[in-house]
Amino acid sequence: MSLDRQQVPAWRPGYRFQYEPAQKGHVLLYPEGMIKLNESASLIGGLIDGQRSVAQIITDLEQQFPGVPEVADDIEQFMEVARAEHWITLA
Amino acid sequence: MPNTGSPSPDPSGQPACVEHVGAGLPRDQVGLPLWLLAELTYRCPLQCPYCSNPLDFAQQGKELSTEQWFKVMAEAREMGAAQIGFSGGEPLVRQDLAELIGEARRLGYYTNLITSGIGLTEQKIAAFKHAGLDHIQISFQASDEQVNNLLAGSKKAFAQKLEMARAVKAHGYPMVLNFVTHRHNIDKIDRIIELCIALEADFVELATCQFYGWAHLNRLGLLPTREQLERAERVTNEYRAKLKAEGHPCKLIFVTPDYYEERPKACMNGWGSLFLTITPDGTALPCHGARQLPVQFPNVRDHDLQHIWYDSFGFNRFRGFDWMPEPCRSCDEKEKDFGGCRCQAFMLTGDASKADPVCAKSPDHGIILKAREEAEHATLEIEQMTFRNERNAHVIARG
Ligand code: SF4
Ligand code: SF4
Repeated sequence: MSLDRQQVPAWRPGYRFQYEPAQKGHVLLYPEGMIKLNESASLIGGLIDGQRSVAQIITDLEQQFPGVPEVADDIEQFMEVARAEHWITLA
Repeated sequence: MPNTGSPSPDPSGQPACVEHVGAGLPRDQVGLPLWLLAELTYRCPLQCPYCSNPLDFAQQGKELSTEQWFKVMAEAREMGAAQIGFSGGEPLVRQDLAELIGEARRLGYYTNLITSGIGLTEQKIAAFKHAGLDHIQISFQASDEQVNNLLAGSKKAFAQKLEMARAVKAHGYPMVLNFVTHRHNIDKIDRIIELCIALEADFVELATCQFYGWAHLNRLGLLPTREQLERAERVTNEYRAKLKAEGHPCKLIFVTPDYYEERPKACMNGWGSLFLTITPDGTALPCHGARQLPVQFPNVRDHDLQHIWYDSFGFNRFRGFDWMPEPCRSCDEKEKDFGGCRCQAFMLTGDASKADPVCAKSPDHGIILKAREEAEHATLEIEQMTFRNERNAHVIARG
């Protein structure tokens, strides 16, 4: 399964991305569980809204971080892991 | 002791005596209470023989009020709690449940309702959604009779659960189905899994009952044999592989009884390091079974959670490693399992600070070996269990 950049990621129903002040970072909350996200995952996660496509997320973050060539790769990798773990759906 | 006033723990500004009061680890070495389990009530329409509630639940004190729960939730949230579980007993009997859910969600919690489903209606499912409930776990903890009817394909029992599960999914909740397995139903684990998949569960917990509270009394009637367990695990793995190959999102979680392990489980990820349980009367516990221990635990009516979590005697009693006697004290695995479960050590040996007898290094490991041996030959007890079930079945039929 390769990644189509025109697809739009959305959090799986019941999964919630939010900032946790006590942990000084973003987490993904789901039934009886929690994943602490690292900085880049948090930036990507913050743009997942069921509206933006993968391509748009890449454009957004490339603008935010000009001169960082791995941005697109990181985003694709995140999407693939998140899809395999069923944290997101891609439609 | 009264609370120290500051919401952000800053020991530097405090008088020297404060450090001694806690007699525990420095605050920066203590984990955050990320998980708050709110046991709203011990009232429950069922009487499961494997209930983990305390044996003397009928004699426990008065339930906390709505406002008292609001205060507990706000304080725990401030300290980092992100997950809240509403459980019991049966939390649905609390008339203010929707209000509590609403406040928890407003505070930013991920809100979990852990229910037997008895008393759940489509109307309530909708009202809780409106209040902000994130997730519903339905525990199939009803009497064996009911589960058996279900597994045997009783249309009526199945139709009820199906309707409810459908309503849960239709309202957009993720759903966890929790099946307590034991020697009388574990051989039907394939049926259980099929049923859960048909109900579109997102997660399925197949939890072999753990032996606390009532389950300990009924152990002989519940503990599966090693053979039963191995088969069940094999079947579960086959379904896992199948689901994975289909890209199916349903996840199967298999919890074995630690009676068949050689090392204990890392109970609660360490005493007072992640979990905070508040019982119906406001007693704060580091683990929901801890009330039976001969340790004094604080109550939210008397202290705020900062004090309870960081400074109270009860929460520091088994924190860190200094409390450990041998063989744990000099063991190189102690950071992995923290010496196992304190409740199990107490229940089986009478001394809560001993190594969990599940550990093969424990001098009391013979107790576990004997229990395994007995599981191979237990027959008499089944009749007693069945008797209980019939009575339970009547209760359910009337409800
Ligand atoms: S449903 Fe059963 S296990 Fe749960 S609280 Fe009630 S009696 Fe105990
Ligand atoms: S001796 Fe104690 S610390 Fe070591 S493995 Fe056994 S229970 Fe764990």
